[in-house]
Amino acid sequence: MTAPQIALPQRLRPSDLARIASVGLRTRKLRASLSALGIAIGVAAIVAVLGLSSSSSAGLLAEIGKLGTNLLTVTPGQSLTGQAVQLPTAAPGMISRIGPVTRVEDTGSVTGVNVYRSPLIPAIDTNALGVQAASLGLLPVVRTSIAQGHYLNAATAREPVAVLGAAAAQLLGINRVFSGERIWLGGQWFYVAGILSPSVLAPGIDNSVLVGFPAADRYLGFDGHPSTVYVRAQTDQVDAVHNVLAATANPENPGGVDVSQPSAALVAQADAQSALNNLFLGLGAVALLVGAVGVANIMIISVLERRSEIGLRRALGATKGHIRIQFLAEAILLSLIGGAVGVGLGVLSTAVYASTKGWTVVVPTVAWAGGLGSALLIGAVAGLLPALRAARMSPTEALWTV
Amino acid sequence: MTTLRSALGESRHPCHDDTQGSTPPVLEIDAVTKTYPSQPPVQALRGVSFAVNQGELIAIVGPSGSGKTTLLHVMGTLDLPSTGTVRLTGLDVAALADRDLAALRATQIGFVFQQFFLAEHQTVLDNVADGLLYTGVRQARRREQAREALRLVGLADRPTARPTQLSGGQRQRVAIARALVGQPAIVLADEPTGNLDSATGQSILALFHELHERGVTIVLITHDQHVAERMPRQIEMLDGHIVADTIRDRPLGGPVLIPGARP
Repeated sequence: MTAPQIALPQRLRPSDLARIASVGLRTRKLRASLSALGIAIGVAAIVAVLGLSSSSSAGLLAEIGKLGTNLLTVTPGQSLTGQAVQLPTAAPGMISRIGPVTRVEDTGSVTGVNVYRSPLIPAIDTNALGVQAASLGLLPVVRTSIAQGHYLNAATAREPVAVLGAAAAQLLGINRVFSGERIWLGGQWFYVAGILSPSVLAPGIDNSVLVGFPAADRYLGFDGHPSTVYVRAQTDQVDAVHNVLAATANPENPGGVDVSQPSAALVAQADAQSALNNLFLGLGAVALLVGAVGVANIMIISVLERRSEIGLRRALGATKGHIRIQFLAEAILLSLIGGAVGVGLGVLSTAVYASTKGWTVVVPTVAWAGGLGSALLIGAVAGLLPALRAARMSPTEALWTV
Repeated sequence: MTTLRSALGESRHPCHDDTQGSTPPVLEIDAVTKTYPSQPPVQALRGVSFAVNQGELIAIVGPSGSGKTTLLHVMGTLDLPSTGTVRLTGLDVAALADRDLAALRATQIGFVFQQFFLAEHQTVLDNVADGLLYTGVRQARRREQAREALRLVGLADRPTARPTQLSGGQRQRVAIARALVGQPAIVLADEPTGNLDSATGQSILALFHELHERGVTIVLITHDQHVAERMPRQIEMLDGHIVADTIRDRPLGGPVLIPGARP
């Protein structure tokens, strides 16, 4: 029919390869989806772990950024003999004279005074609420705000007027500020001026009732010693200020002063998660390995079942290479589908969890690209042996021993 | 290796005949043996020689174990002979690498099987078009040629059907169209009527006669003497030898099956 001439083996077109590589998946959907599921679970675990840890770190860092890393707190410590040491009343003033310090505010615990909704409440129902004298510029320094009403001002700080911390207001059963609203504080009525929003950097304020220093002195017998001094310093000088703060606050007894940086605790919290992450990443890797075995297994079965198809393709002119690439591509396709579903599941679970926590959703590139990449690699490795077996099959055996 | 040939038929068929002029045989089998290395070794072909000229319709007939399936493998380059030469379109098969043999099958040989081997998830048209899958032809062109091939087998109106929606005879027609789609030098059919009832089998044989009229070179393998007798040339095999090579000017039953066939 044609003149003798040698025909050259042709490469499969990419579209044809994609079509024949998906034959096994299209004709055996349930089996394909089950074996892809193994890969999907592994990839989802890895993506979710990486995504969640990144999102929570991002959340913490956002919080830290919002609150500022330049806040230092000075609290009374203990002497060498283990006795509590009070901060000098002059401590805030002395601290404010350190050069790089920008703001100094303080609170002082008023001891021996309890707060009640009314005088009719039994004396033992203290709700463990504390009363603190607070300086007038406290709120911006601890980055909290007034939720309702007003904070103390120069006038109200001298009068029996109180501002409630967020938790304290809840415990007292006050969720709105009416004019004339009062609480029973230290045996007399104090008017409620406002309610604060929750404070992250100074949680001690949340379950306290704040009054002005002069009012505490006048009505509650407060001794005037600060219990917490909040210091804002220039960001690049925080360490230098940290070093001199104890000696400045209490020159007589620097050892009896505790200085801390609240943001450091949040950073440590962000770092602490990585240990747990490694465990979950390991579990994800095991799931991927099991998935790979599943894919290899399904491909070997598929090769055995499709002997006649292999034989037919060889008769239609497929080279061994064509058969090899077909089954290799099928295995890769199978695990890539699993990988894609896994990435989707991982991102979805990250998004759901992060949104309940109010974090920004962060899925690092290494997570999804790594998930897809490892799925591809697994497909290639798992499909190699079945593909070689399929290609080695003799066409006559494949066709005539059905 | 002597070739046994008896003149049972109307005429002896010359193996390397000169009457065809300059056209070389499509397929030449010369002193071919095939021994399977089992214990004890099985000699499936014991020296077989014949030539298939262009446009011939040949039946290779023999009981099971006569070596006819092995001969089909060797003719189709799916298996290589132990000794002897196979020339397809003038090319010595033994000199070609495995991948070149695959390319030769893709372009020069069409196979038809007893079990049809159709892909059930594909349409009839795509099943036929897959006959060209490994030839490097684009899909649009493959489908175009597949339509043409379906027309040849009388299924032009069912391109979108699935093989499962077709009768056995229709499925075999699809398989034949797949074998024809690349306009191969030779079509090799292995028991093409083996899975069909006799009436349907007759219609498939009629189709082969029709294709023969159009000049397609066809070798079909059968164990059925009645099928073989209707073919213009009949090669009888027994125990790995050709025992008869018969050419009929007037195949039995041919005119009945094909109106307008050669007298």
